[in-house]
Amino acid sequence: MTATALRRLRRAPLNLAALAVLVTSAFPVYWMVITAFKPTTEIQSDTPTFLPLHPTLDHFATAVSAPGFGTYWRNSLYVTLGAVLLALAVALLAAFAVGRMRWHGRRAFILLVFIAQMAPWEALLIPMYVIARDTDMLDSLSMLTLVYFMTTLPFTIVTLRGFLAAVPAELEEAALVDGCTRPQAFRRITFPLLAPGLLSTSLFGFITAWNEFAFANTLIIKNQDARTLPVWLSSFANVFGTDWGATMAAASLFMLPVLIVFLFLQNKVTTGMTAGAVKG
Amino acid sequence: MSTAPPPARTRVWPYLLVAPTVVGAAYLLVYPLLRNLLISIQHFRMAELIHGGAPFVGLDNYTALLGDPEFWTVVRRTLAWTAVNTALITGLGTLIALMLVRLGRRMRLAVMSALVLTWATPVIAATTIFQWLFQSRFGVVNWTLDQLGLHQFHDYAWFAHDGSTFVILVTLIVWQSVPFAALTLYGGLTTIPGELYESARLDGAGPWQTFRLVTFPMLRPLFALVTSLEVIWTFKCFAQIWVVSQGGPNGATTTLPVYAFQIAQSLHKYDLGSAASMLTVLILIAALVTTLRRMYRQEGEETP
Repeated sequence: MTATALRRLRRAPLNLAALAVLVTSAFPVYWMVITAFKPTTEIQSDTPTFLPLHPTLDHFATAVSAPGFGTYWRNSLYVTLGAVLLALAVALLAAFAVGRMRWHGRRAFILLVFIAQMAPWEALLIPMYVIARDTDMLDSLSMLTLVYFMTTLPFTIVTLRGFLAAVPAELEEAALVDGCTRPQAFRRITFPLLAPGLLSTSLFGFITAWNEFAFANTLIIKNQDARTLPVWLSSFANVFGTDWGATMAAASLFMLPVLIVFLFLQNKVTTGMTAGAVKG
Repeated sequence: MSTAPPPARTRVWPYLLVAPTVVGAAYLLVYPLLRNLLISIQHFRMAELIHGGAPFVGLDNYTALLGDPEFWTVVRRTLAWTAVNTALITGLGTLIALMLVRLGRRMRLAVMSALVLTWATPVIAATTIFQWLFQSRFGVVNWTLDQLGLHQFHDYAWFAHDGSTFVILVTLIVWQSVPFAALTLYGGLTTIPGELYESARLDGAGPWQTFRLVTFPMLRPLFALVTSLEVIWTFKCFAQIWVVSQGGPNGATTTLPVYAFQIAQSLHKYDLGSAASMLTVLILIAALVTTLRRMYRQEGEETP
């Protein structure tokens, strides 16, 4: 018993450090949620309360009924889904060519994908704005969808290629021998095996597009109805003034889909996310 | 029945399959980059944006930019910003990764969940939360500092001062980026065989020596990768700075990407903004080449 106590004592600094990391990491999110549920009198009090003593849904009601909230939510959803589905379709074709075929220029193509994955998108805000203006695509969701499609595409190709490599090519060849055409073999054999990979890849794309701010802020200027959630939330002071409860409720509602996706992906998060950076 | 011989078919198919990707990259990546280059060697202001017909001015924009002392202040600030953030992220990430390995199962799971929660927080949600945490009147940070006896922080306006805004932005970036570094390095640490540590211990190595002689050499590629990714990410960071301070107060948090956007969007000097963007891209390419070469070399070792 003394031995265990001694061991505990020796481990105490380590566990204290762990606790500090845990609190620092989780507190801001906790504070967001707690503020969203607190009545305004408790938010604007000189001594803050750290537990939800009188939880209320008022702030969520304020956030949801704020002008345009529904529209921005729908815009974000449309843009994100459009970009992800487009990227998935295009990446599937490219991943197949890279993973299953030998051709001249394959290595150059892979290099292009890697470069595109690291492209300095933030430095392309100005030309994108000028191009969008020239082609009458300013203030339109389609331009934003295209940009998000391109920003998520390289990552999608790299990850899908990884998943495709895990499906043995022999299965497809067997189907070809049995008289399937190549597209048929792909649709009936490879595609079903690839489905989980497609799902998790698209969820990573979803997070990227859902969170994007810089382009949404640059390409949607005059037409307020075409704004997306991140831009709307970034200007919370114009919407809610100093109503921090409603602001935190809006932030929580914005974060909720991302959190659900993360929980769904769970342990794939660490491996999958690094697979985009490190090789899968 | 088909007249075309099979090899020809296989030779056309891959190109058809990658065509949409190539077209997308050409229109949405290569073309904007070239357009940026073009604008940067033109006189391109509000009038040219609306009416077109921008005249070429050669390298005038670059000379104007490089001759402006403000530009060099911004460059120095950007380098300091990148260095401080990267050092803190990799340093803390390493410490947390080393801590995670030594923790008990339950505590480790709790800390990792907290890190994933942070990682999952969208950028704009995080900026909003931090503005609330550091709010002057009812912000919890000021209250805590006041309680700890630092009464000068009572009602302190963090976002009104140069230094404190910079500190908040660094805190925000580090808070958001440490989970990736820590979890990636932790993943690497778990692959190091235990016998290596065992023999290091038998040889009488202390914790620091063990790290320097066993852990670091084993994970050198991973450290290099994490560091170069963090350099790139913090260097080109835009959204957090723009939302929190728009580069202010008094330009104290204006880094290169913010500077380029400011002079283009607020001052309508698209030509100078494009030139600044091109210089940003050049600096990034220098940082990228090392990373890309490593990835490309790995690629050569493996064929389908």
